[in-house]
Amino acid sequence: MIQISPHAESALTCTLDERSLYLRRLVLGSVRSAGRGHVGPALSLIEMVRVLYDDVLRIDPKNPRDPNRDRAILSKGHGCLALYALLADRGFFPLSELDGFCGPDSILGGHPEYGMVPGVEASTGALGHGLSIGVGLALAARMRERSYRTFVLLGDGEINEGSVWEAAMGAAKHGLDNLVALIDYNKLQSYGPTDYVLPLEPLADKWRSFGFAVQEVNGHDVSALRTVLKQVPAVAGKPTAVICHTVKGKGLPAAESNADWHHKNKLTDSELDAIRVAVGDF
Amino acid sequence: MRNTAMNMVHKLAARDERVLYIGSDPGAGTLRAMSKEFPKRHLIEGISEAHIIGMSAGLAMEGFVPYVNTIATFLTRRCYEQVAVDLCLHNLPVRLIANGGGLVYAPLGPTHQAIEDIAIMRALPNMTVICPCDADEAARMMERTLDWKGPIYIRLGKGGDAVVSKAEHGFEIGKAILMRSPGDVLMVTTGIMLQRALTAADLLAAQGIRSGILHMHTVKPLDTEALLQAIRGTRLVATLEEHVPSGGLGSAVAETLIDKLGSGLPAMLRLSLPDRFMHNYGSQDSLLKKHGLSANAIATSIEHALAASRTSAPQLHST
Repeated sequence: MIQISPHAESALTCTLDERSLYLRRLVLGSVRSAGRGHVGPALSLIEMVRVLYDDVLRIDPKNPRDPNRDRAILSKGHGCLALYALLADRGFFPLSELDGFCGPDSILGGHPEYGMVPGVEASTGALGHGLSIGVGLALAARMRERSYRTFVLLGDGEINEGSVWEAAMGAAKHGLDNLVALIDYNKLQSYGPTDYVLPLEPLADKWRSFGFAVQEVNGHDVSALRTVLKQVPAVAGKPTAVICHTVKGKGLPAAESNADWHHKNKLTDSELDAIRVAVGDF
Repeated sequence: MRNTAMNMVHKLAARDERVLYIGSDPGAGTLRAMSKEFPKRHLIEGISEAHIIGMSAGLAMEGFVPYVNTIATFLTRRCYEQVAVDLCLHNLPVRLIANGGGLVYAPLGPTHQAIEDIAIMRALPNMTVICPCDADEAARMMERTLDWKGPIYIRLGKGGDAVVSKAEHGFEIGKAILMRSPGDVLMVTTGIMLQRALTAADLLAAQGIRSGILHMHTVKPLDTEALLQAIRGTRLVATLEEHVPSGGLGSAVAETLIDKLGSGLPAMLRLSLPDRFMHNYGSQDSLLKKHGLSANAIATSIEHALAASRTSAPQLHST
């Protein structure tokens, strides 16, 4: 029988600090303005993106193409609202852009585009592409003797795609210890539970058997995420997989672990009221 | 043609450190000399085309120029979304060297016959599509690929195809080569249909029919100017391709003529493979012959079309 990870249990119960609530307000403000957006997938991802951009990535918003910057690819492109909130907050583009989400002249689409959004390294949205691109970036760093690292954020539903496992084999073949795959393991994809759609367990063993050093963490515990992500590579000579146990829709009681909140159109007045109660006025 | 193109990758790699060879699981010994001279730039990545395209995109983002090589069908059908999104959407300089374009792998059946590759590659924004006719042209073509901005799909023939291109023709991506001056008919070819067109032109000459031949080695971007120039004074435009009728050279030529001429279109004859998978084996030549693409069959089809056009279509006058 498969054991439920203690990290998954703590992800369900842990509380969020003010910065996490603020980032949620930014995300939900975009959804309110646009009348649409992938809410659940963004809310499960926020702490992963926050810790990366606040504490881990060597980046300079004023020089987003610095050749020595760390690279981060949001392979689960539908989680872009979390990425946009962080990029705007860190100064890659003005916060006011968030209100234009999905608008006709906005730089911020429903999936992130390279060349449109400062700080976005690759256009994603079609799932199963990011880890292969990350392998190329990491291999290039080694060939060019550069010290930058590459982080790829993957969804759990996304790793249904066979191309992810092709990429995993490739990363292990080259011993890319400058590559980190973060898996947003919220256990709920568009239709329903990952266990129902296409079971992933034993997930950590899968990544280990593909040649990765594996860490598991509560993906909403900012402190634990910092500790894990500041100690990569977990094993020299191996790519790292960080399985982040998360909760889809984390922070909004109505949305938590609720597949109906995978993508939301117009928010109703009562939903907006509930959001204000959960994350504060926005 | 294939060996020449492969050896050119090695030659380019010697000249430019951005050049990489990335194969999936090519034949034993492919580019062995390069693997010894530049082991870090000779990458064999396994039967994982979707991954290889994405990885190549990542390498190209960092300034490399990857030459990705495997069988044409696997480089197009298998990883189409990666080609579209990772390469074309990002407009990255990755070169796809497709072995066995068209019916080269006739004996291996429909899984290995690339009969719609031009159409699906041509449909992608930012993609360039090139079909060289012989080894010499392949060498000249490869020289031009090094600094081309976006992705390129290179459809290679079998190898051992008669060399009909000439050094004095040169090679510029997107610039067609007028092999014979326009006459009663203009044949527009790509890839190894040029050899058949040249023979067909000789057969037609014996019947008193003058044939022009425009070799459109680059199907995208199509050389519109050369095409419009070459059709002047002709009574029939015949396109020849080792490809299904949808979306290939014949479609590209027809679309261009409609867009540029609007009315007063020339009589057209599109000679191609049928719109179906091949269930015969044999050889590239035997399948081409079976589907009316031998030099003899081409000449006959043109003769008939010219006879029909005498009563139904106006001659195109010089303007």
